[in-house]
Amino acid sequence: MNLITEAINGDRRAIARVLSGLENRNFSLEQIKVNFPSIFSNQVRENWSSIAITGAPGVGKSCLIDKILIDWSSKGIKTALLAIDPSSPRTGGALLGDRVRITAIDNEKYKDLIYIRSIATRKSSGSAPLIVSDMVEFLSAIGWHRVIIETVGSGQSEVRCAAITDRIVVVEGPARGDGVQAEKAGLLELADAVIVNKSDISGASQHASEIKESFELGLGQTPPIILTSALTGEGIEQASTALLELEDTGRSKKAKWRERLLAEYERKILESDKLDEILEKLAIGSISIKDALKLLGDD
Amino acid sequence: MSEPLRIVVAKPGLDGHDRGAKVVARTLRDAGHEVIYTGLRRTAQQIVETVRDEDARFLGLSSLSGAHNHLFPKVCELLVKEGLDDVIVFGGGIIPFEDRDVLFACGMKAIFGPGTPTTEILDFIIKACEVSNAGVGQNGDWHWESSA
Repeated sequence: MNLITEAINGDRRAIARVLSGLENRNFSLEQIKVNFPSIFSNQVRENWSSIAITGAPGVGKSCLIDKILIDWSSKGIKTALLAIDPSSPRTGGALLGDRVRITAIDNEKYKDLIYIRSIATRKSSGSAPLIVSDMVEFLSAIGWHRVIIETVGSGQSEVRCAAITDRIVVVEGPARGDGVQAEKAGLLELADAVIVNKSDISGASQHASEIKESFELGLGQTPPIILTSALTGEGIEQASTALLELEDTGRSKKAKWRERLLAEYERKILESDKLDEILEKLAIGSISIKDALKLLGDD
Repeated sequence: MSEPLRIVVAKPGLDGHDRGAKVVARTLRDAGHEVIYTGLRRTAQQIVETVRDEDARFLGLSSLSGAHNHLFPKVCELLVKEGLDDVIVFGGGIIPFEDRDVLFACGMKAIFGPGTPTTEILDFIIKACEVSNAGVGQNGDWHWESSA
């Protein structure tokens, strides 16, 4: 538990090791809470603490986050970035390359205000979101003002990582034609704000109005829709200020809780002692799926 | 192996050739490890901070510019200075055999030249995990004898 004390005192390596410990299940957040209740008790939570920035690959999430980190650090806000990439389902390995685009941390003035950690979803899609949620809670408790989760908006575990945060921002780009509308629907449903990036390319503002229109057709409040260009800097200041003050639209509450519930349920199954036995019985056909669910539901 | 190893692959200094680094990163990924790639033209300080924040157990340095005997020792020194003496460091690139003893003396545990089979790098990783005191600042006397 020395490690935890060092992390609380701000030692960066200790922080990194605590996050690994949580990730590898060497210890749990509950154990930290029992041993260090004070850091969790006096958390003043003005506004939100964690935000997910999600969207399709290549829309410019990392470049946008880089610009936001620069803006927030210049305001003295300590921000941690958890960048999530999928693990290969075949080998379990992962190539984590989100740091490549983050230049904010290269600035001597800002580097103590920024912590970046790359996270692979690993093999079980159910546990990644809950581990990320533990990490967010720990980082907030030891004094990181804001935690950004960067995920690719595809695949269950990535969407669920987004769903555990206080706010969700969906990043869109121009030239995302009709063919992808269906895929977008699932993600946009969760959005507390939408950023249409690459406003320097034609079609961005048209796409922004299309999104606005589609929200207005539905029920509830339309979230802020902001045009930015991470390349030219257009709209960045407006976006980073808007995100700091972002209100919960309330629209996504049920959808978020659905994702959280599913994640928690999946973890319950994956961590059950009976799982191996049940899988074996299923494989030889001695029980049915319904029996298996009943067995799992017992505890 | 229960948990994947976290490995940083880095390109220090002014050197735009990253094919080798990408091949190594891909090989390690396909062997089931989590590889964090830093991108090009990193300073020693930036690389050490990445290793620290990412809690990496291994660091792979790639250089094809000829400046390896300047850049690699700097990274090793800083790692030790920052208390990351248990990180295992290896390197690759255009690095003549006569330059390598200096690098081993800095605590690096393997240098792979052009033509090294990728499987050899994986064998090195497995071996380095078994050897005690393989960290850059732990003064262990073992290092990998590479084929190229």
